[in-house]
Amino acid sequence: MPEIVFKTQGVTKVYDTGELKVHALAGIDLELFAGELSVLLGPSGSGKSTLLNILGGLDHATEGRVWFRDLELTALGDRGLTRYRRDHVGFVFQFYNLVPSLTARENVQLVTDIARDPMAPEEALDMVGLGHRMDHFPAEMSGGEQQRVAIARAIAKRPEVLLCDEPTGALDSKTGVQVLEALKTINDTLGTTTAVITHNAMIRKMAHRVIYFQDGRVARVEVNDAQIAPSEISW
Amino acid sequence: MRALDKKLLRDFRRLWAQALAIALVLGCGVAILLTTYGMYGALEDTRAAYYQRNRFADVFASANRAPQSLVEAMRNIDGVRSVAARVDEHVILDLPGRVETVTGRILSLPVSGEMMLNLPIVREGRLPSPTRTDEVAVNEPFARANGLRPGDTFFANLNGQKRELTLTGMLLSPEFIYTIGPGALLPDNKSFGILWMSERAVSAAFDMQGAFNSVSLKLDPSANEQDVIDRLDDLLKPYGGLGAYSRDLQISHSFIDAEIEQQRTGAMILPPIFYGIAAFLVSMVIGRIIALDRAEIGLLKAIGYSNAEVCLHYLLLAGLIAVAGMLLGWGVGTWLSHAVAQMYASFFDFPYLVYRMSYGSYAISGILALVSVGLGASKSALGAARLAPAVAMSPPAPPRFKRTILDDLLALMRLSQPMMMILRSLMRWPMRSAFTTLGLALAVAVLIASSFFEDALDAMIDKTFDQTNRQDATLFFAPDIPETALAAVADLPGVLVAEGQQFQAAILRHGHLEKDVAIEAHRPGIDLSRVVDSAGRAITVPRDGIVLSRRLAGQLSVGVGDVIEAEFKGGRAETHRVRVVGIVTQYVGLGAYMDLETLNAMLRQAPRISAANLLLDSRQIPALHAVLKRTPELGGLVMTNEMRQSFQDTIRYNVTIMTTIYLVIAVLITFGVAYNGARIQLSERARELASLRILGFTRGEVSFILIGETMILAVLAQPLGWLLGAGIAAALVEGSSSDLYAIPLVLEPSGFARASLIVLAASLVSSLIVRRRLDQLDLVQVMKTRE
Repeated sequence: MPEIVFKTQGVTKVYDTGELKVHALAGIDLELFAGELSVLLGPSGSGKSTLLNILGGLDHATEGRVWFRDLELTALGDRGLTRYRRDHVGFVFQFYNLVPSLTARENVQLVTDIARDPMAPEEALDMVGLGHRMDHFPAEMSGGEQQRVAIARAIAKRPEVLLCDEPTGALDSKTGVQVLEALKTINDTLGTTTAVITHNAMIRKMAHRVIYFQDGRVARVEVNDAQIAPSEISW
Repeated sequence: MRALDKKLLRDFRRLWAQALAIALVLGCGVAILLTTYGMYGALEDTRAAYYQRNRFADVFASANRAPQSLVEAMRNIDGVRSVAARVDEHVILDLPGRVETVTGRILSLPVSGEMMLNLPIVREGRLPSPTRTDEVAVNEPFARANGLRPGDTFFANLNGQKRELTLTGMLLSPEFIYTIGPGALLPDNKSFGILWMSERAVSAAFDMQGAFNSVSLKLDPSANEQDVIDRLDDLLKPYGGLGAYSRDLQISHSFIDAEIEQQRTGAMILPPIFYGIAAFLVSMVIGRIIALDRAEIGLLKAIGYSNAEVCLHYLLLAGLIAVAGMLLGWGVGTWLSHAVAQMYASFFDFPYLVYRMSYGSYAISGILALVSVGLGASKSALGAARLAPAVAMSPPAPPRFKRTILDDLLALMRLSQPMMMILRSLMRWPMRSAFTTLGLALAVAVLIASSFFEDALDAMIDKTFDQTNRQDATLFFAPDIPETALAAVADLPGVLVAEGQQFQAAILRHGHLEKDVAIEAHRPGIDLSRVVDSAGRAITVPRDGIVLSRRLAGQLSVGVGDVIEAEFKGGRAETHRVRVVGIVTQYVGLGAYMDLETLNAMLRQAPRISAANLLLDSRQIPALHAVLKRTPELGGLVMTNEMRQSFQDTIRYNVTIMTTIYLVIAVLITFGVAYNGARIQLSERARELASLRILGFTRGEVSFILIGETMILAVLAQPLGWLLGAGIAAALVEGSSSDLYAIPLVLEPSGFARASLIVLAASLVSSLIVRRRLDQLDLVQVMKTRE
């Protein structure tokens, strides 16, 4: 039995806009395992991003409990969550979210400056195949390159978990595959527990497990024994 | 360097124009605080050091003729440490090659050659020998103004004897840091000098052997000054004592006091305005940066930066602006302080200027810059800290515009859509609109508060010279002469009209309030030196009482009809009760007026005069001077036109410098506020304005929206600025008013118009600079970027 990294118990999330209440999560019970690459699939508004934000310590659950190993995230305050994000989590977002005034290397350095046991920014960029573009600013790079910088930034701290929210959402098929390859390499070589949100059903084929979301609930979980390489995926 | 710090520096560099605009405003505050605070300290320190090193006395008194034996009794007064008695007389000088009569004061140097108090500093040459009767030293500014050097000789009329004197040295004295002749408004070193001569020579010339008429006392720190003054008055009363007084009534001292007070007022009023505006600008700019950085803030938090680190990041950005302003202010302030110090050194006769740029003033001005900017940035920075990471990562909700009654009103006005956009935006950000208006209003206010001085000066000159003192010259006599001698004055060459005037030293009392004044008395119907009421009408002083200037009446808390006590000083030391029969508005001095006959009847003497006001035939002025140089009774001479000219020149020069400085300041404020406002608008509306361009609006139509918003606020700022300006002017008038003079509050429409024009023009230029960026906007690029 693989080690459990994330465990959620009856997690709900209600957005109260004053006029109406939106149930983004309606009771999620889920476990994610060490070293696994899972893909979270589902239509817009099904609760994938909300769950990822809660797992990453970016947001609070309305009800229910969430553990990262023995650490109960739902019991942590702002300060505790910041500490948790700083020490354990790497994020990759759909719109890269690079700081435009910093070069690729410096964007990675943002993380290595504050992490406990980071790799060198150069090493992280090498891992995503951007060793030669280190001193370029985001505006000088393509979307795929920018996203790979974002991945390098996420892994530079040697996080235990890598949470990716639509990492290929803004990319075409070819550059998207490059990004997926980078993720796969990280997962294989570092054994980082990786969760990838996507709209793109094709991507599920590279995952160990696929978790389907519907209306704020986990509709079903599918174990994928025959993972294919990202290079074989296209859309 | 940490990556976050690199981002900080690059953000700062990107913001340079806006940061500079803010830094300039902040720098103004820092520089002014540094200068005024520095000068305040420099004047106080210099004076204190000078006084201490040269043993400036604490109490002064004069009498007609007191015996030397009295000195011992003075020394025995409780709390008196040392006593210096001397002879102090007026003298008429005939300088080589100078047509005009020069007057001066001559002071005796003690026989021993060793002075106890008010030690002069020998700047060049030496003191006169105690045994020589033809040697004299003069105050340095007088020597320089007249081109005199040690070894030069000139003639002096000492009590009627014409003597040739040799100049031995040029001195400075703590008693004469500000040297002003009788009846003059400003120092005139060419026409009035201080002379020091051996006691033997002065006593002999003025028949004062074994006697003195002026005394200075140094007190123990623990002494009760008022007690000493009372005892001294008792001792001197039989010898025609004119009333002892402390330093604060000593002329030179009180002039410097007034200047120090003015520096203090300046330090209080102006810098807070700049610090406040800088704080507002910083809050506006940092607020916008944080809005633009929203996603980055979310990212920083997602990767583990704490709220405190994020907050600090933006505070540091504000801090860099503060540091830029601080350094700018320190640089300009240091330079300005030295320039102002030079100005003071020439205006006041200090032997040196103790000018330590105190670390304290640098620290205070710098800390205030950091604090005000920090306060300005704190709201936005704390907001950034509080922003939840998940919220920050998602784009902000579009600003919510709601229909209000105002919108219905706007609809009724059938405004164009661009106008609608401007007005909605103003209402959408009411605080920002309000503060922008306030900032521009303060620029208007600063201009009004500075320009009013010029109008006030004109009013002061008109009132003082054109209405009140219409004589060409005033002769002062010491001591008083009988009024009958006026006929002789009228016979002097070139004199067309001569009118007599008496000055009687007195203490006016009302209840517990009292004031030392010189009562002016003349006959009814005089036409030259008149008493003029606030409406500009010459008034005849009634025979049955006293007329007071408004400030004096205020200080004594009396109105028309009240009875006050007048204790006359000098010869007949008697106290009389007089009724206040009128109050007049005056700017210079604390005037008190009586009828000549009434006053002399109280003094039980035939009318006497202290001064004669003359109307002259200008062609005969040299002849008049030739006679005056031989007139021993002459104690002082004021040529009104020359005084008026030098008064006007001196003040006009200072006013011009000041007005220029304030003009620069106002333009900087306007630029700081308008430029930043327009930049932020452009940043917020880039997409909106680009959309309009794509829809077919011309550049001009689009820039109208941008410029229109700034200009509407600038126009709204005008009435508020006028009001604030009038308020600041009133505060300045209040703060700078002293016993010596009061600046009238004269607010002319032209001053308001000028202030408004300057600020509106500067606002327009500032927004036109931003408009150029609008022209360069890459439409496609703007529409592509995610807001």
